[in-house]
Amino acid sequence: MKLHEYQAKGFLREFGIPVPQGEIAANPDEARKIAARIGCPVMVKAQVLVGGRGKAGGVKMANDPEEAVALARDIIGMKIKGIEVQRVLVAKAVDIQAEYYISLTVDRSARAVQCIASASGGMEIEEVAVKEPEKIVRFPLDQEEGLVRAKHFDSLARAFPSADLARQAWSIVEGMCKLFYAKDCSLVEINPCALVAGGHLVAADAKVIFDDSALYKHPELEVLRSPEEYGADELEARANGLSYVSLDGTIGCIVNGAGLSMATMDLIKYFGASPANFLDVGGSSNPEKVLSALRIILRKDHIRAVLINIFGGITRCDDIARGILMAREKLGIPVPLVIRLIGTNEAEGRQLLSAAGIEAYDDLTEAVKAVVARAGKA
Amino acid sequence: MSILIGKDTRIIVQGITGRDGSFHALSMREYGSQVVGGVTPGKGGQDLQGIPVFDTVAQAVKKTGADCTVIFVPAKFATAALHEAADARIPLVICITEGIPVLEMIENTHYLATHGCRLIGPNCPGLISPGACKVGIMPGRIHLQGDIGVISRSGTLTYEVVWALTRAGLGQSTCIGVGGDPVIGTGFVELLKLFEEDPGTAGVVLIGEIGGEDEERAAEYIHGSMRKPVAAFISGLTAPPEKRMGHAGAIVSGGRGTADAKVKALRAAEVPVAERPDEIPALLAAKLKRKVGGSR
Repeated sequence: MKLHEYQAKGFLREFGIPVPQGEIAANPDEARKIAARIGCPVMVKAQVLVGGRGKAGGVKMANDPEEAVALARDIIGMKIKGIEVQRVLVAKAVDIQAEYYISLTVDRSARAVQCIASASGGMEIEEVAVKEPEKIVRFPLDQEEGLVRAKHFDSLARAFPSADLARQAWSIVEGMCKLFYAKDCSLVEINPCALVAGGHLVAADAKVIFDDSALYKHPELEVLRSPEEYGADELEARANGLSYVSLDGTIGCIVNGAGLSMATMDLIKYFGASPANFLDVGGSSNPEKVLSALRIILRKDHIRAVLINIFGGITRCDDIARGILMAREKLGIPVPLVIRLIGTNEAEGRQLLSAAGIEAYDDLTEAVKAVVARAGKA
Repeated sequence: MSILIGKDTRIIVQGITGRDGSFHALSMREYGSQVVGGVTPGKGGQDLQGIPVFDTVAQAVKKTGADCTVIFVPAKFATAALHEAADARIPLVICITEGIPVLEMIENTHYLATHGCRLIGPNCPGLISPGACKVGIMPGRIHLQGDIGVISRSGTLTYEVVWALTRAGLGQSTCIGVGGDPVIGTGFVELLKLFEEDPGTAGVVLIGEIGGEDEERAAEYIHGSMRKPVAAFISGLTAPPEKRMGHAGAIVSGGRGTADAKVKALRAAEVPVAERPDEIPALLAAKLKRKVGGSR
């Protein structure tokens, strides 16, 4: 679960990390009041979960409360990468003298929480890693003790030009660590970690992502979920036990298993068409799931054909067949439907379908060729 | 021949009285695996069609001499189950459970390693040495005994590839699903090493997907240290960035973990990468200088 900047900064503050004063505004009037209260100049920052806000004109400075109103009016409602801005963060503008980078994340290969720091902040760390790899320091936290001054201070200090800044950065990393473990995060990132007048480091921008698998331990975090992270159809899919990602293509896919779903999408592309979605019906084989899946997919108006690809293991082909028949009766399927069924209870599944006049393929490549051809003619 | 499991492997099932645990315990036994016991706290003394159920892993190991456990318990209890298996020093632990928090898995992998246990998974289909032993949830009948090792991050995509190998007459020594989570017990490189050393394995199929860098590390290892041929397939070329594709670990983030980068790394290591799952048998057969058989 991804947080907006203002939410992420709220957590940083709670864990003792210096953050420029600021509040969230849902309309221009609120922006004026906040700007007047905290004192100008202020930054007016679009709160969306996609990157590139600055380039899109979603981050600007106001020198007085009236300018903050005008900027808030421009930015709220603007679309950034297709996402409409609902709210802006109005935050005290800081005089940035240098920009650093600090993050905590999971190093999958080392199976450890990893701290990354860099003397080049303000740009994507992946970009720094390519252009100036020597400017990046990274070290794994200790499995038993987490962050340990005797082990880790010198590593962190290499990203900072003075002992004083290194000490400030250390105290920031300590706060980040507490947050990371307390809330089961998968990312806590401060970028830039800005050096401002008076020689202080502050979190000028921040990202926090919580581990979805651990959210059950933190029910209080659920209210922070942004409707922007998942579309309405993705949320509906999730509520029905489906894993779904909407895409731009014309061929709807219903597949069992995440890897096979991706491979099916890739095959559709290989044969010259494009997938409308990723959809994994999951391991269990409730016929209702097929019905929900088809309902969500068929709602998109540019769908020209649907491919159902099932390699039954835990999933039983006869249950899938029942779901297909149920959907045909309840929804009507207005586009060509191509089915590939193989594995557990395949014979029973085929029998159910052929009694209703539906044929199923057993070879994946043949099925994909067929669905691409039929979508082309549809 | 095979790696990790064989005819003599003695298996217990943690969570054996649950819906999935009981179904797959019986399906494993039916395949010919030695399922010697199961564990469900509070249900010790019962049995599942003759398979004795114990309250604790320690009791089960003491009574049955199990050297392998497969875990089907829900995510909330999986860490306790993994610790219990480690405390009983079971050398091979397979965790099928999906949805274990990542920070718990970091701790779990260290705990198991320091207790001398090898972990496969979590969020995986398990492993099978065709004709000898199945510890997991895969359909046994699509496999054929032979000398090809299969390593994959996926479940059903592995079945697809295994079925293609079987139809081409390329039997398998051992097929392993390493799991779709970001933090897993045993990765590609460790398994490639085992296959390289296994006299019963002639070649390996590696099935990767978006997210992480395990495929890149595998490419490096294959190039530097492997003599046996490897063929690969990577799924997720059409996956959009910053979106989790079902598996918790399948995500392209900050431009890293793309399918393109993995394909490139493997090809640079002279590993042929199939563009379609059904091309894999021919690619591997060519490397092995064998003819691909007809469909079964």
